[in-house]
Amino acid sequence: MSVAGGEILVPGTAGSGPALVLTAPISFWGGVDPASGRIIDVRHPQHGAAIAGTVLFLPGTIGSSSASAVLLELVHNGHAPAALVLHEPDAILLLGLIVAREMGWSTPVALRLDRVGFAAFDGRRVAVDSNGAVGFDG
Amino acid sequence: MATGEMGAGTAMAMRIVAESARLLGAPRLIPVASAHIDGALYHGDSGTIFAERLVEGGASVAVRSTLNVGALDLMGCSRVRLAEPARGMARRMMEAYRKLGCEQSWTCAPYQAGHRPALGSDVAWGESNAVVFCNSVLGARTNRYGDFLDIACAIAGRAPDYGLHRPENRRASVIFDVSALKPVFLSSEIAWPVLGSLYGRLVGSDIGVVTGVPASPGEDALKAFGAAAASSGAVGLFHIAGVTPEAPDAETALGCNEPASVIRVTRQMAADAQMRLSTAGPGEKIDAVAIGSPHLSLAEFDALEKLVAGRRLRVPIHACTGRHVLAELDKHGRRQALEALGVVVVADTCVVVTPILPELREGVLMTNSGKFAHYAPGNTGYSVLYASLADCVESAVAGRPMLKELQS
Repeated sequence: MSVAGGEILVPGTAGSGPALVLTAPISFWGGVDPASGRIIDVRHPQHGAAIAGTVLFLPGTIGSSSASAVLLELVHNGHAPAALVLHEPDAILLLGLIVAREMGWSTPVALRLDRVGFAAFDGRRVAVDSNGAVGFDG
Repeated sequence: MATGEMGAGTAMAMRIVAESARLLGAPRLIPVASAHIDGALYHGDSGTIFAERLVEGGASVAVRSTLNVGALDLMGCSRVRLAEPARGMARRMMEAYRKLGCEQSWTCAPYQAGHRPALGSDVAWGESNAVVFCNSVLGARTNRYGDFLDIACAIAGRAPDYGLHRPENRRASVIFDVSALKPVFLSSEIAWPVLGSLYGRLVGSDIGVVTGVPASPGEDALKAFGAAAASSGAVGLFHIAGVTPEAPDAETALGCNEPASVIRVTRQMAADAQMRLSTAGPGEKIDAVAIGSPHLSLAEFDALEKLVAGRRLRVPIHACTGRHVLAELDKHGRRQALEALGVVVVADTCVVVTPILPELREGVLMTNSGKFAHYAPGNTGYSVLYASLADCVESAVAGRPMLKELQS
């Protein structure tokens, strides 16, 4: 059942998984381990959570310009989120997906949705289709 | 230039630039005068494969392009514990960027290594501290270019026209007033990483103008402020009234508009910001000291030598710098003298981007860098004690934390 429609930021493969709603902005470089997809920023409220296979809701991104490299690596080693939902387009992070597409690798879809609606997905299984429709899965 | 006339590598770079422009809503591309490339740091095999794809496609940079740090100390000053096969892939990556025509600068402070774009010129720079320094202190214009877009713009010689390339987007909307802080604190080295960290957290991706700074704190302090601000927030540009080139006064920086908000920094806020930079409690042991994020300038090595004053260190100080400074140090035997006392000089890279610090459970790292303080816990596993350079040196000599009071 689709409950929200997001604007596609970078096209990609439809995906589903448990929603991981971050409650604070994150820097992917220094904040997410590129090898495992685990949140390693000790000051982040979701420290320790794994982003691999989740539908990742990002209220904002901060910090390093290497976020794109971390996301590219996660796509390459199979630890990327199943889909990314951003409050606003982040040119640095999404570049990781743009480059992954250039490399011919399968990438998760990234879309834009207002962050006021993020909390409703927390703790649920969520499916995102390749047109940007977001719904509960099962 | 039609994509059919260029090589596959150049065409790929152009597509990445064009796709980014679409994502950003940029109406056109503009020429850039130079680039600083942050993409040559190894985070995994994907970045090496990408760079080698560009090389195989015959691409090369169209403008002057300096390189940020890599994952290896090619100068051989320090021992990087990166094991094979990652080590080989990191070396291949650094080699690929050399083949693309980039300068072997290997520093996060290219602006102190002779790469200083002119006021008002458009450039494509990566590495958050380099971006903020380039915009704020030099007054050249760049967005926060992510890894891969920096090299793509360098190859294409152009960049999406949006954001901080446009003068109307460079005006401040927030006043960050530090006039309540003591002048003696504002002229101290410790103030700037602390205030930068606070600024980044409170101002975020907006543009602020710092007011109440009586005199320029100097280039190394501005470097430390920007690096800390760009670690705790999405800061690409700041102004300091009376100090930075686009802010002869606060009114000019604000474009003669009323500020959307005014942050009046109190002594308590500065003290809290300083405490937040530490994750280890006071009075504990220290295992290492790290300085040089961004990379140390020659002036900062002068200060280090003066503070060490020939004393032997019980705990090593890792002093991270670029080969531009190393060359100067080596001319007069200064590196060897520091190394004999227990300083570990790290060139081309640094201790938070690659494994150099000994692998320790519950290690404690002391630093005077707001950027190291921010990233060391996640990237090295060490907890952090933040302190002034003087306290870092005294602690390294004593082999335990020696902290003086903050006087904000």
